[in-house]
Amino acid sequence: MADLIATPGQTIGPFYGYALPYEGDNELVPPGRADAIRLHGQVLDGAGAPVPDALLELWQVDADGNVVQQPGSLKRDGWTFTGWGRTSTDDAGHYTFSTLRPGATAPGKAPFFLVTVFGRGVLNRLFTRAYLPEDADALAADPLLTSLPAERRDSCIAAADAHGYRFDIRLQGEAETVFLTYPRH
Amino acid sequence: MTTQPISTDPDSASASQEQVDGEIAAIAEDYRASGVEETQPRLDYPPYRSSLLRHPTKSLHHADPETIELWAPCFGHRDVHPLEADLTIQHGGEPLGERMKLVGRIVDGDGRPVRNQLVEIWQANAGGRYVHKRDQHPAPIDPNFTGVGRCLTDDDGNYAFTTIKPGPYPWKNHRNAWRPAHIHFSLFGTDFTQRMITQMYFPGDPLFALDPIFQSITDPKARERLVAQYDHSVTTHEWATGYRWDIVLTGSHRTPLETETDED
Ligand SMILES: [Fe+2]
Repeated sequence: MADLIATPGQTIGPFYGYALPYEGDNELVPPGRADAIRLHGQVLDGAGAPVPDALLELWQVDADGNVVQQPGSLKRDGWTFTGWGRTSTDDAGHYTFSTLRPGATAPGKAPFFLVTVFGRGVLNRLFTRAYLPEDADALAADPLLTSLPAERRDSCIAAADAHGYRFDIRLQGEAETVFLTYPRH
Repeated sequence: MTTQPISTDPDSASASQEQVDGEIAAIAEDYRASGVEETQPRLDYPPYRSSLLRHPTKSLHHADPETIELWAPCFGHRDVHPLEADLTIQHGGEPLGERMKLVGRIVDGDGRPVRNQLVEIWQANAGGRYVHKRDQHPAPIDPNFTGVGRCLTDDDGNYAFTTIKPGPYPWKNHRNAWRPAHIHFSLFGTDFTQRMITQMYFPGDPLFALDPIFQSITDPKARERLVAQYDHSVTTHEWATGYRWDIVLTGSHRTPLETETDED
């Protein structure tokens, strides 16, 4: 089959705020639910300043490690877990998702959230993984994490906190987050 | 080319268009001399001041897609109403400006149509003004135009919107900077690795050469891929002009076995 050249990306720009966010966008499950967790953090630029106009998307498996193929992310019914959500950072560069803890997709596999970053000044989308920190053996065996220099690995591992996980995203600088590219990109 | 340090304040508007043109030309010259084809924008593109502190300095890390990366979220008629594809009927009256149909087909890197997938667009009105509190330039807001639309592609990957041709607008990247008219597109494929956001432009825009966001795609052939074509077969008698813009996402990683229905 033909290997076509992909259409180029462009920055999301500053004016998506009235277009892409929607009611319930960051609540993959209602925050009050017993098994709901919070995934949150800050997006920071190369000077360590918060990025107040980033848009993040979350895509993940369900608590049993299954990929979900259910519609309804844009008009949530409160019961269906679709695995996908989006949110904008606030004026302090902070974001929050209410979601489920992703399960392992196979025994011994390290669970992760897939996070996509868009922003003014970010000329093309950035992909990264936020791994759950608990299963040390699974993390030590993970093909992506083991392919990274040791000092960069932590940038892809979320930190457990009282209600779930904290995952900060540093676009640039010393502790820059590892951003991913895939074959055929 | 630059004689003074570049300000990292993206809204300083300190440089002149001539200075930015010089920076753009120097990068274009380096690109031509390199002989290596680029097909996507550079993340590190200093003429676009907002990118200075927001581009990764380390190269992107190669990952083999697994599980969630091999699938995209699923959207359906529960998510998107068919009328959301018409941006001209969202208020009590007709919006000002050139009414236009915008159609196109979305395929993946193998040429397979991206079926029943979400397309989101947003844009300025005919006067170049967004309905966004951060857009403060003194062009009129059109009470009959919000500039936001959604649709799902059909079984052959086609999308269609009815909208108003957006106007160019000023921004503060440098002194007297103007963006070429564009429509923002948000696109999903069949794999999450195909997720992208981009901007569609109009043919022959005199601002192309002056715009650091458009020029961050250093390859002229790649830039052309963001320019729609006027298509008279898309127009409607006494109603709307017509443009066509086809989109190619990156290659899928799922084998045909994993894909429910494949092309014949
Ligand atoms: Fe724009």
